[in-house]
Amino acid sequence: MLKYESIAELVRAAQERGVRISELVLADQAEAMESDPLALYEKMELDLMVMVDSVKAGRQRDQKSMSGLTGGEGWRMTAYAEQGGGLCGPLMSRAIARALSVAGCNASMGRIVAAPTAGSCGILPGCLISMMEDRGLPERDVVMAMFTAGAFGMVIANRASISGAQGGCQAECGSAAAMAAAALVELMGGSPAQCADACAIAIANQLGLVCDPVAGLVEIPCIKRNVSGLMIAFSSADLALAGIGARIPADECLDAMRQVGDTMSEALRETAKGGLAATPTGVRLQKQVFGSD
Amino acid sequence: MNIFDIIGPVMIGPSSSHTAGAVRLGRVANKLIDGREVRRVEITLSGSFAQTYKGHGTDRALLAGIMGYHSYSPEIRDALSIARERGIDYVFLKEDLKGAHPNTARIHFFLRDGEEGVVQGASVGGGNILVSLINGMHVAFTGENNTILVMHRDKPGVIAAVTHLMHFEYADLNISNFHLSRERKGGDAIMTIEIDGLPPEGLVPAIREIPDVTNAILIRRV
Repeated sequence: MLKYESIAELVRAAQERGVRISELVLADQAEAMESDPLALYEKMELDLMVMVDSVKAGRQRDQKSMSGLTGGEGWRMTAYAEQGGGLCGPLMSRAIARALSVAGCNASMGRIVAAPTAGSCGILPGCLISMMEDRGLPERDVVMAMFTAGAFGMVIANRASISGAQGGCQAECGSAAAMAAAALVELMGGSPAQCADACAIAIANQLGLVCDPVAGLVEIPCIKRNVSGLMIAFSSADLALAGIGARIPADECLDAMRQVGDTMSEALRETAKGGLAATPTGVRLQKQVFGSD
Repeated sequence: MNIFDIIGPVMIGPSSSHTAGAVRLGRVANKLIDGREVRRVEITLSGSFAQTYKGHGTDRALLAGIMGYHSYSPEIRDALSIARERGIDYVFLKEDLKGAHPNTARIHFFLRDGEEGVVQGASVGGGNILVSLINGMHVAFTGENNTILVMHRDKPGVIAAVTHLMHFEYADLNISNFHLSRERKGGDAIMTIEIDGLPPEGLVPAIREIPDVTNAILIRRV
């Protein structure tokens, strides 16, 4: 059975068996969970269906967060994307709209799949549903790619962190972007080693990102950081697929991420005491929502 | 940890620790309530829970869990009004519980049959919880495994009787964690038994039949 303590372990095991990382992980998890692989596949398929529903729920015009601080981002971006795609082009702008919609759905107490967390829940669906609906990739491949994403996430959780309170936003949106990047590479036919490269690049690009939610809420800047995470996932996957590779191996990037998280001030780890939360506007919004106490 | 701890859980937003974890804490109380009618709940919020509960819907989430809803139930949003419809009187108090994890809640419930109970625990991240107190007794379980709580009188042989039953009636059953706490020698005590896999049907009722066991409940892996 796999230990999920290193990305190199995943790559090596997939290479030795001549399978994709997703196939390796599905078989391994079925054994670990004493379950039929088909049952696990179907459970993952249900997660994908929930993600599709979250996109729909979050792109309503009247979508509004519980605090009232945010709302309607998914709807606006969807409308903008439909006008031709803006600077990023149709695929990317629609992917951005999906990430915003899912993050908005979360902020309004809608139903989402934590991937790996609720705060970063828009990145993976933004990437994967776009590959399915806009690039026409089969649902089966997308569901399988979620096993690859999950496997990378397990290593990240074991080796670094997936908690903003522990490691800052690099641990939440950073992890989600790295997981999505690896999944995108596999979906595009990349090798296991290229999946690892994409993960490494995505982590390296978000190293040090702090968790500084205004008023302590999963809204500002979390919703928009799902977009930057998604952009980094796509660009990291493209770099890996182009054969550019990562100069620092994924496992070492994760060790660096852990070390950066450990040295990060508590004020920048989800306590809403630093960063954007501590700006004059951040403080004013906090008072607006919760009063002065 | 398995793959669905990373891709998942399916949950109502916005926060795995402040919303989904809060539902799970509430569900521990729901298991103790065991289908009986709730008259009133007093929920004490500490630390970050106290500061941000409204924006995260922590209040709705805790109540929803107490009423038996899951972290994926859309009813969480409307939990306050559902509680009122059910005639449950609720109040949220803020208090700094000393030495407690920042995301700690204490749920004190009062039932129509006159009984009451207290559950205290923390939401420790990613929707995971750590339950620390039940009815004044120290426990320590996460809800990651199926957990059996056995309330009993502190007498010699009770633990042996429970584990004997588990081993000889259900040979495949494996205990992954065991914790005992008692209020005083010869008084009320509580066993926290975490097990691998699903508990066999009939196990918990059989434990309840053991002499000096006052109650046994199963907190399913959530």
